[in-house]
Amino acid sequence: MTTRASAVEARQLTKTYPGDVTALNGMDVTVEQGTVFGLLGPNGAGKSTTVKILTTLARPDSGTATVAGHDVLRHPDRVRRAIGVVAQSSGADPVATGRENLQLQGRLHGLRGTALNGRVDELLERFKLADAARRPVKGYSGGMRRRLDVALGLVHRPEVLFLDEPTTGLDPEARAAMWDEIARLAGDEGLTILLTTHYLEEADRLAERVAIVDRGRVVVEGTPESLKGELRGDAVHMELREAVGDAGRTLLRGALGSLPGVHEVLCDGRRISVRADDGAATIPVLLGSLERAGVGVASATIARPSLDDVYLRYTGRRYSEAEAEGTGVLALAGGAR
Amino acid sequence: MSTAVSQTWYMTQRQLMVFARQPAYAVVTLIQPVIWLFLFGSLFRKVVELGGFGTTSYLDYLVPGVVVMSALSSNMWAGMSTLDEIQRGTLNRFLTTPVSRAALMNGNVVHNALTTALQSVIIVLLGLLGGADYPGGAAGVTILIIAAVLLGTVFGALSNALGMLVRERESIIGINTFLLLPLTFLSSAFMATSQMPSWMRHIADFNPLNWAMVAGRSAMSEHPDWGVVAGRGGALLVLAVVAVWLSIRTFRSYQRSV
Repeated sequence: MTTRASAVEARQLTKTYPGDVTALNGMDVTVEQGTVFGLLGPNGAGKSTTVKILTTLARPDSGTATVAGHDVLRHPDRVRRAIGVVAQSSGADPVATGRENLQLQGRLHGLRGTALNGRVDELLERFKLADAARRPVKGYSGGMRRRLDVALGLVHRPEVLFLDEPTTGLDPEARAAMWDEIARLAGDEGLTILLTTHYLEEADRLAERVAIVDRGRVVVEGTPESLKGELRGDAVHMELREAVGDAGRTLLRGALGSLPGVHEVLCDGRRISVRADDGAATIPVLLGSLERAGVGVASATIARPSLDDVYLRYTGRRYSEAEAEGTGVLALAGGAR
Repeated sequence: MSTAVSQTWYMTQRQLMVFARQPAYAVVTLIQPVIWLFLFGSLFRKVVELGGFGTTSYLDYLVPGVVVMSALSSNMWAGMSTLDEIQRGTLNRFLTTPVSRAALMNGNVVHNALTTALQSVIIVLLGLLGGADYPGGAAGVTILIIAAVLLGTVFGALSNALGMLVRERESIIGINTFLLLPLTFLSSAFMATSQMPSWMRHIADFNPLNWAMVAGRSAMSEHPDWGVVAGRGGALLVLAVVAVWLSIRTFRSYQRSV
């Protein structure tokens, strides 16, 4: 038994919301202590529901979960003492100042007196909120609010920190700053971070391990490098002048797939994605082959493997499409979320 | 201080701060009843001549009615702020800390009780300024305020529970507009019970709003009927405890739907 203890362990979680909206469908998550784990998926994939269950907010229909060694269903109080939660909207009191918000959060966790004040000052300093500490939160910028949210989650020095979409809605500058902050947090002794995001770039950059979530379950899990490494070679994306029909697609798949150095061909209407050992050398061959088939190409790009490609490979859908679809599901689920 | 008590106090303090830092809102909540007091006071001044009011000044009769009605109308909106807290994510944030669920709800209850008491004192003082007479003295006024606070607690807790269950502002607005005036007019707020049609009188007997008015008026009269005060007051207390218990229970169903 020399393996590192799991800070989070969820097995076969399922949850269905009223109106038959399946949020989780056999969700498994294991996060090792002291690591940053990313749950990556489009809106509506089940990331937030997973976080709600792990943070004792929601109850699963079935399945088990432990956080920091405590069962979320049997000992929610012990879990609550061990976790920090930064939800998508953490709801700091807009009328209260940043300092007051932090003080209340600390008191709810049992901090008092000088220990509380010391911790609050430290966090205000660390998250660059010291100058704004005495101002009501309603006057804060989006980035400041988000930093305060993270500080609120850290007041009691939790063992496990949940960050649910920490940079959604932030401008690029504030997002970059938040990334630096999370990267620094990851260096904190023993802190385990479970991060959900729908930004591929964010998971790639911050998480040591990533699980791709689709339709309420994990489709693949590993380090960003190993996931990308599984995809041999480069991705070549081509935009066609006109969409091709089903018959044309099968034909193209066969024709392109038989070219040397080409491994996979995905074709959906106006776009073709090809995986090739050497993208640059393959492009002319691909273009020639398409020209002979009478298919006009509007553009062609080569990309090093990204998590986007991993997503496409394991779900059969492009990330942006799933995202759009997810929004639809969200609208249907409505108030249930 | 035990944990539960100190947590309740933190939650109360938080809400009092919101109240204190939004003076415009506070003033409107506190001043609105004044309009009722002087509008109805002037409009129905001559109604006491019908008899059965136990006083010759309509204002004397009206003050307890307006105190209780205002307690109802300000507390029944409690669910709106709970809804705000749900939408803002504040409630979820608290629910993931070790704070006790009872403290979360009791913070609302204590805050609402304090603001209701303050509102009631202001109405009583304004009545005094307008020439009302309170033969029951300070003890009578205190009992009226306690009755108003208990009634406010009943409707505040129910409104919170409703907010957590339905999660729609429209439902709270609908139910409140539906309830406020009928509950008020099916009570002795503006009219002596003896002047009411008998069917209304019977309904009023079951109206908690009326219990608070009857208890308050009796305590404030020259010769209080302590049996009536204790009976109606006790019934309000039981109702308040049940309503608060129910609202704490709604956290569970909230968790199922979150």
